[in-house]
Order: sequence, then structure tokens, then C-alpha cells
Amino acid sequence: MTNSIAEIGDASVIMAVGTNTTSGHPIIGQQVRAAKRKGSKLIVVNPKEIDLARTADHFLRLKPGTDVTLLMGMARVILDEGLYDKSFIEQRCEGFDAFVGSLAAFDLDSVEKVTGVPKDAIAAAARCYASGQPASILYCMGVTQHVQGTDNVLAVSNLAMLTGNIGKPSSGVNPLRGQNNVQGACDMGCLPNVYPGYQPVALEEVRAKFESAWGAKLTDSPGLTHTEIFDSMFSGSIKALYLVGENPYISEANSSHATEAMEKVEFMVVQDIFLTESARYADVVLPAASFAEKDGTFTNTERRVQRVRRAIEPVGDSRADWQIVCEIARRMNAKGFDFSSPEEIMREIASVTPSYGGITFKRLEYGGLQWPCPTEDHPGTPILHTERFPTDTGKGKFKPLAYRKSAEEPDEQYPLILTTDRSLYHFHGTMTRRVYGLNILEKEEMLRINPEDAVQFGLKDKGKVRVTSRHGTVETKVLITDKCPRGMVSMTFHFAETPTNIMTCSELDPVAKTPTTKVCTVRVESV
Amino acid sequence: MKEKINLTINGRSVTAEKGMNVLEASLRNNIYIPHLCFHAELQPAGACRLCMVELDGQRTTIACKTPVEEGMVVRTESPEISETRKVALELLVADHDTDCLNCVQNTKCALQRVADHVGMNLKRLQRLKFREEKLPVDDSNPFFTFNPNRCVLCGICVRTCSEVQGAEAIDFTNRGSEAIVAGFGAKPRIESNCESCGECVVRCPVGALTEKDYERPTHQVRTVCSFCGCGCGLFLGVRDNRIVSAKGDINSRASQGRLCVKGRFGFRFVNHPERLTSPLIKKDGEFVEASWDEALDLIVEKFSRFKGDQFAAISSAKCTNEDNYLTQKFTRAVMGTNNIDHCARL
Repeated sequence: MTNSIAEIGDASVIMAVGTNTTSGHPIIGQQVRAAKRKGSKLIVVNPKEIDLARTADHFLRLKPGTDVTLLMGMARVILDEGLYDKSFIEQRCEGFDAFVGSLAAFDLDSVEKVTGVPKDAIAAAARCYASGQPASILYCMGVTQHVQGTDNVLAVSNLAMLTGNIGKPSSGVNPLRGQNNVQGACDMGCLPNVYPGYQPVALEEVRAKFESAWGAKLTDSPGLTHTEIFDSMFSGSIKALYLVGENPYISEANSSHATEAMEKVEFMVVQDIFLTESARYADVVLPAASFAEKDGTFTNTERRVQRVRRAIEPVGDSRADWQIVCEIARRMNAKGFDFSSPEEIMREIASVTPSYGGITFKRLEYGGLQWPCPTEDHPGTPILHTERFPTDTGKGKFKPLAYRKSAEEPDEQYPLILTTDRSLYHFHGTMTRRVYGLNILEKEEMLRINPEDAVQFGLKDKGKVRVTSRHGTVETKVLITDKCPRGMVSMTFHFAETPTNIMTCSELDPVAKTPTTKVCTVRVESV
Repeated sequence: MKEKINLTINGRSVTAEKGMNVLEASLRNNIYIPHLCFHAELQPAGACRLCMVELDGQRTTIACKTPVEEGMVVRTESPEISETRKVALELLVADHDTDCLNCVQNTKCALQRVADHVGMNLKRLQRLKFREEKLPVDDSNPFFTFNPNRCVLCGICVRTCSEVQGAEAIDFTNRGSEAIVAGFGAKPRIESNCESCGECVVRCPVGALTEKDYERPTHQVRTVCSFCGCGCGLFLGVRDNRIVSAKGDINSRASQGRLCVKGRFGFRFVNHPERLTSPLIKKDGEFVEASWDEALDLIVEKFSRFKGDQFAAISSAKCTNEDNYLTQKFTRAVMGTNNIDHCARL
């Protein structure tokens, strides 16, 4: 997030795009509801009628996969009606003319046709977003899990720059990160192209710095991304996988492909707290300690590094992940893995990661710190880009965009679009499926379908249904609800006995390599 | 600094901040005024009528709805106030389930404190008794119980659901002595649009809303929730090396003490019997328990054979920064490849 969670409540306008905030990020959802009660305007952009839509001032129910068109349509209204922030654009941004040029294709009649949203509603929402200051955009996987994911994010940032809603309190572009420490895992360089702190592996001077810090020869070629790793296991070029705390069997798009890849790989180590569905394919399983059994830090969605503290002894003979990695490395005669505590590891992180340079366990005792926090006397950064953007010129770059179709479109054989979402009562499943009460509140998968579609396809509420995509098929129960628009059905992916992701499409966004789990065409049959 | 206001309570000169009400000012200065429906995080409701005070030697009013003013003179006790409070309390307690030893809130209950201060007369209570039968207890929610026989209709739960959680799942229904807090249509709580966040349970001043299977922890440890990216501050309650409770950390900048259903009630996976407790090695298609030495030696032997780009690691967004840092360092510096990623792309 460019801004902080506590600022959201003071936004004059909140636009929630592709986020079911009260389910996925309940505490941020509370902030949105609180802002609304105080009189903020709320714009919800979502094909599904999520809970926030009930009280939204503008609910733009777009067709899945048409976000770029909708957001560019809004930008066009803001431009045509002169509602944009001229001085912000002149002083802080570049590439405006090319961007304006690309808006020519987004007249509201065409936008209405592509998105299915009435043009008056788009114009009203655009005026609302542009005229209330500060305005905050929240977005989540409904924006990113598309073949157009990167373009969607660029369209969001175009809109924020156009109205000067960045670098100020309660404004900004605020991606809501999913996992407790997905922000931290990225910051720590668990990405194939960058070292900790997003320092590129391909840059000579960066590599030299890490070679000297770690005392090892490092390779300059970027590695493979998540989905590519499973493809390479499938094709045989990757022979060994070290899988830490992840369950691709339920979470990977087109997961039967991932499962086959796990079957094929020569040697697989799984390190986890439970024997997950994926762990069954391992050659060696290592018992890891849970978050309650170890010290360390998590970085939340607002870039706040916070202390995790050991509350109990590790269960059974389990060990903290950092201890296991150190033990393997030492047994391979590697140097630089003689850590005695997470605090010591953080000292090394701070020494090689400029944005974490000022973070120490001692400082974290008094509360979290938001990166960038380059030095020990730096207070941390609640709001990003207040004076300059982290680009070569220091200016925010407008990006011209064009509409691209999703990888799969409804046809006679697969007439419905399946989109995946999440329940308030579960996280991915490995943990929450083992909490009795949560399984009372949400015990099984349900295919959510519009009443008219249910009639057309002969489905009964609570009846059984077979759902089939080009990639796989599952059976589940039906829940008829007008929260799903016609033509779109939704399922979660928390239930290993109904592995929704065997159906999803693994077509990737060309830049981020994110699979398009929000759009996959299916057919449904009563069974 | 907020503007200071000087006032007199029970003859004592005290200071308060502008914007406070008389009840807050009094409590802040360690002068107890009986109250049930006031909660510092919620709008005052003035429902229980217990915080009656006398202002400037003239009118009586309720302290929670009266903002402090410079030079104000407040009396928290008088014969008239005592009599009014006694009746208000008796009306509340007449049908209250007073089996206190059997109540989780015993010794922490706001009603016990009020009764202790105001004084009770059992004989007088009998004449006010309205119900012979107890009301049915709603235990439909897996995490908490609503016992209307222990409810004092303070409305803290109702205001919490609307002001804090924003779910607006419950409200008062019926009137007078029939009044009760319920969801739409007075159906079991689980059928309402309750989101099971438990914010009402932690704020209930009496034993009406209580956590199921509650065990009092022997100590608590301050940490961060491990579910979503909000990063809510958490106190994990520990008893006998098990996690038995979770409480929001009011000092957390990210969450300000709030928790959702998963953060508050979802901790039981930690001590679940299915936790992996020993390394496993697959032999002839079956997992066999192994020692750490055996497992690690096997891993080292295999990993040594697959160095370079035939190796890949998937790290975990559930693990700590320190865990993740070392996993990528190991992959790059020891295994000699940049094939490291995690679920951020999914």
C-alpha cells in the first residue's frame, strides 16, 4: 500500500476495485464501513454484489476481465470534464500526452458495450472519485489475477495520478496483500529476479555486493517464476524442489498440472506444519514450527514490519524454518548460516537491504516500523511518493493502455465465467480447515450462481452440480444467489475435497506471470 | 494536548479534557460512578440510567451524556440518586441469572460491581420478578454463547456490531420486560448476518456473551496474527504450553485492538493433533518417521546432486522475514540458482 490502514477511515472517497474487503481483509473492511458511516463516498467495482456494495454510492458491476476499459472510461470522463489535477500532473508526472492519446478509444458508448456497466453510472462514479479529496483506491486479486493484471494495476495508478491522489494522507493506490507476510516474502527477495529490497540480480554492482556479503559466487540470470517452476518440473528440467509452507494442490491455477509436476520431480522436500495434500508427493517431509512457536517479523500490507514472538515451545520435534535452512546449509559446508537467533538474521537483512536498513528488533519492541526505513534514526514511511516517485526521473509515469480480451471467453460449450473468491471464515485451508468452529460457519464448497442461470441450466438450490472447465472438473453443491450476475459463477478454493483450482486457467499475465484465476469458462450440469 | 477543563466532583477539584463526558472525567479521576452501558470506544447510549449525577446542586442527569464544562460542580451520590439507582438496578437484576460462580465473568462482571456499590435487597427483588421460566440460551454460534438470562440490555453489543464491526447483525427486539437482543427475525444467531468477529463478546460487561470452551491463560504473549495481510496485533494466551486464547492488541497501529473471526477464534490449528511432529521419509511409497539427522543427511545428499538451475525453492508467505531471507540466500548462495519464488503471483 502507498498509504496506511488507519488512514482509510479519513478518506473522502474510497474506491474498492476487485476486493471483497470485508471477507478478505476484515479489519480494513471495518475501516471502509467506518468511513462510510462518517459520510465518505464509496465506489465498488466488482462483478459480484459483495457486502460493501450494499452501502456503496456507486456500484459498478462490470463483466469480469474488463477492468482496464472501465477504469480508462472513468479517466476519459475526468479528462473531458476537466476534473483532473493539472498542477500535480505537470509537477509530478510524465507521459501524460501519450496516455491522453490512448483514452481516445474509450468513449463511454464503447466502454458500456465492453464492460456492461451503464455509461451514466461510469460517469457518475468518475465524477465522485475525482471531486472528493482525498480519494483512496483499494484493490486486490480481482485486479491482479487476470491476463491483463499488470494493465489493470497501471489503469488504477493512472487514475490516482490523474486526480493527484497519491503521496497524500488517506489517498493512494493501495493493493491489499493477501497473506500475513506476502509483503515480507517479496521484500526478502523470494522472487526470481531480485535480491532483498528489490535489488535486481542482473545488475553487476548489486550482484557484486551480495557476493561479497554472502561470500559466494552468484549467478546473473534471473530464475523461474512460480508457474514456470512447475512447468519445468513437468518437463523435467527442474529435478529437485524445496517447498516451504505452501500447498499448490489447492492454491495453484490449473492445479492438476502442478500435481503432476510434483509427481514427476525427482526429489521433493516439503517443510510444513501439517501433512498437506501436496506434502503427500514429497520424498522427505520436515515438521516446521508454527508462528506461535518462533520469533521473527512479518511485514503487513501497509509495509509495517512487526515482531512475531514465540508463545509456546515448538510442537513435537518441529523446528523453526530458519533453523532448518541453516542446518541444511551448514551440512552442505556453506558459510554464513551460523545464526543463533532471528534477531541476528535481521541484522544481516538490514545490512544488505536499504529499505530495512534502520530496522532492529530493539526498535520493533515499541511497535512496528513502515519501510522504507533506511537508518536507525529514520521514523519509517507511512506514506510513499510524497515528493518523488521511485523512477529514473523521479516522476510518476502515465501508461497508455488498450483493452485486451481474457484468455477464455464464454462459448456454447463453456457458457459461464467462473471466478474464484474467498470466504471470511477460511484462509487457504491448511490452517482454518483444522479449526472446528470455522468449519461449522463454512463447512463446504458451494457453486454460487444467479437464479436465472440456475433455471437455464436446471440447477436446484443445495443440489449437486458438476462443474467442468477446459482444464478439469469437480462436483459440488449449488447456492443460488443474485449476488452473482448472470453469466458468472463463483467458488472458493479452501476445500481440498473440492479442489476448485484444477479447473482454473493458468494463462499468465505477460509481465507479472500471474495466472488468470478470476476468469475461466465452465459449464455446469446437475448430477 | 487537548484543552483542559476544571471541574469539581464530590468536592474534589479535578481536571478533564474537553470533549469528555462527566462519567469519563470521573472514572479518569478514580471516582467510581455505577454504569453498565458506557464503553469508551462507543457512542454513549444513556440506556442503563445508573450513572445518574447531580449537577451544580440543581438538576440530576446521566453522566455519560453530559459533556464536561469549566467550573461544573458534580455530586455523584445523594439520597435521591441512591434511590433511583436502586430501582434501576432492581429492575435489571430481578430476572437475572445470579448463579455467578457458574459464569465466566465472575469477579470481572460490571453488574457485580454495580450491585456491590448500590446495594441489593433480595426481598424487594421478589416483587419485581417477571419470569418464572428462564429464556432459552442461544449457543448456535460455534465460538460464543448468548445467554439472555444474564443480559442487562445495555446495548453495548448492539452498538459494537454497528459502530465497530459495521455488520449491524443484532438489535433490540420486543418492548418493556419482553425486550431482548436478537438478530433479524429473532432466529438463532448463526442464521443472522453475524460475522462472528467476537467484538461484542469482548465488550459484554456481564456474562451474556461468553466465549465457548474458554480457558483462562496463565500468561499472554504479544505477537501478530498469521492469517491475512492486515497484520493485526494479537495477544496469544498460553496455558500449559498450549495456545488457549487470542485477544486484540489495542496498541497495534494496524488494527487498534480489533480482530476478525479468524484472528480471534482461529488459533486452534496450532495445537491440532494432526500437526507434524517428526521428519518423515518416503520408503516404498509410505512415509516413515525418521530422525532429523537421517532426514537432513538425505536432503543434503540429494540437494548436492541437483545444484544450479535443476533446483528450485518455493518459499512461504506464511513464514517470517528471517525464514524467507535465509531460504532465498540458501537457494542463491548454496544451490547456485535464482529459481526462488513464492505465492505472491497466485
